[in-house]
Amino acid sequence: MSMPDLTTAPPIVRAEGSRNLTIVEAMREALREEMTADDRVLVLGEDIVVGGAFLVTLGLAEDMGSDRVLNTPISENGFLGLAIGAAMEGLRPVVDMQYGDFLFTAADQIIQQASKLRYMSGGQVKIPLVIQLPTGASGRGAQHANSMESLFFGLPGIKIVTPSNPYDAKGLLKSAIRDDNVVLFIVHKHLYGSRGRTIQHEQTSIGEVPKGEYLVPIGVGDIKRQGEDITVVANNVVLHHVLNAATTLEDEGISVEVIDPRTLVPFDVDLVVGSVEKTNRLLIVEENPSRGGWGTWIISEVIRRAFYSIDAPIARLSADDIPIPFSPPLERASVPTEDRILKKIRYVIHG
Amino acid sequence: MMFLIRRFETVVNDLFLRGRVPGTIHLCRGQEATLVGAMGALESKDRITLTHRGHGQALAKGVDPGGLLAELMGKTGGVCRGMGGSLHVGDWSVGALPAIAIVGASSPIATGLAFAAKRLGTGRVTCNFFGDGTASKGELHEAMNLASVWELPVVFLCENNVYAATTHISEYMKNEYVSERAVAYRMPGVSVFGNDPLTVYTAVKEAADRARQGGGPSLVECLTYRRDGHKRDDPAAYRDHREVEAWLRTDPIPTFRNRLHEEAGISENILAGIEESVESQLLAAQGFAHSSPYPPVEQRLSYVYA
Repeated sequence: MSMPDLTTAPPIVRAEGSRNLTIVEAMREALREEMTADDRVLVLGEDIVVGGAFLVTLGLAEDMGSDRVLNTPISENGFLGLAIGAAMEGLRPVVDMQYGDFLFTAADQIIQQASKLRYMSGGQVKIPLVIQLPTGASGRGAQHANSMESLFFGLPGIKIVTPSNPYDAKGLLKSAIRDDNVVLFIVHKHLYGSRGRTIQHEQTSIGEVPKGEYLVPIGVGDIKRQGEDITVVANNVVLHHVLNAATTLEDEGISVEVIDPRTLVPFDVDLVVGSVEKTNRLLIVEENPSRGGWGTWIISEVIRRAFYSIDAPIARLSADDIPIPFSPPLERASVPTEDRILKKIRYVIHG
Repeated sequence: MMFLIRRFETVVNDLFLRGRVPGTIHLCRGQEATLVGAMGALESKDRITLTHRGHGQALAKGVDPGGLLAELMGKTGGVCRGMGGSLHVGDWSVGALPAIAIVGASSPIATGLAFAAKRLGTGRVTCNFFGDGTASKGELHEAMNLASVWELPVVFLCENNVYAATTHISEYMKNEYVSERAVAYRMPGVSVFGNDPLTVYTAVKEAADRARQGGGPSLVECLTYRRDGHKRDDPAAYRDHREVEAWLRTDPIPTFRNRLHEEAGISENILAGIEESVESQLLAAQGFAHSSPYPPVEQRLSYVYA
């Protein structure tokens, strides 16, 4: 896997003035700005004219025109393939996959076509394509609960972005739309902050977003909290559990450094290695099943590059290796929670 | 062009047997009339998507024989710089999208090319080549539905060569013709004799004109036959010899040559001259492909961005 070139990554420009938005509102703003700036950008997916399952496109069809915000048939193979073809002709489609799980019905189009056509053609075609994927366990049973980052982490040829807050979501979505390659834009359903047809301003979904234009570069992680005793790498919704745990542990005298990779492919390994060299301890938290999780690859990279800095066994928390169960107490027991994170960090620190 | 395709495939076959073409090959000998007839009905700006049996489709669309042969050999002078091979030939600069070798997968993508053409107002038509085996794939049906409901300028072109790999069409389809499936999407669907290039031309021209004028998609089924097996190690012993003999009597190469001579009055000298020029074109192509070097190993890390 190639590392991001930080010397050429676009700078993060923080603009004057900001307000609190949900991730859904931030993503909608990103779409609106990019569609206004570039008429090649269009959105397609199921039920998106009325806003889509999580209201990301609410009001967009009225403002941008029904020819740029397109309802599709329930036909994931069809409209994902169509988006690939349209992208090769110079359009910049954003595909709204109502639930990330539905991408599996179009497995060939993403795994065999989108990720490979640029390569196999010897660079003759480009595929500027963003696929929005709401993922994760959220009380809907096993078929609407996949954390699919790791399933695609081992697939060369696509980028994977997993923002955890509105600022990153907006900046990363804008960067993804401007990227000339295929980007999976994965957001945990608990972060969307929508309940039915209303927006909920909850701790996990709301955050400051500047009023002006800015980008968050793909491939650059972010230290969400500085600390000295342990590095915890987490993304998506579990990052918020980690941040809560870090606040609790501060009272116990444990200083936690929290890293949000923000992008899984390409992964900002340098940021994690640098942090571990400082804290000498590492915990990875992810909502994927344990087997084959992206965290295992990060651990192997840290061992390879910072072996002599490690003072305690490297730890990892993930979902169990089971389909996500429906019953709420079973679901809660299957995924990393704040309580499990607290216990694991104490264990790494105190043994 | 039909003769060029036939001779090109024969050269590829020889090179494969001599170990100069790695991997596998799927020859289109016998189906030349469909390819040339269809391509004649398209404009040079139009797009095509190719199948795993794509050498002839590429040549008919104007892909350079030398670059094509070099691609088959994995050479740096190949149309895809050696990154694609026989299953993924194509040259986007002449509108031939490097081939998609997964049955069914090209239909939604072709529909996307047509979507862009309509949206950008390029006046381009996309022709999606697929085989009879694809008629059983959901992706084709999803693509036909999308193309129909959004009235996209695409021609779904079925090369019905009677076999899905080794399985006879009667074993996997209740319908007599693939074109019957067009009815489900309220698009025109026709089946024509695919071994006559002029018949194919007429049908595809009508479909392409309709698409270009905003009339939406069509399905054109060309009934033809594979002279060879599915791929190089397939002797096609599963075929009924009476079926094979009947189809070989309609082989487009000698049949159309006779028609050109007898009906169009083209002299034997002119025909022989065309054949000679094809042979020298193929010699030059082989010279180019053989002399082209293999790509440097570092090239394997190019064209991939994550």
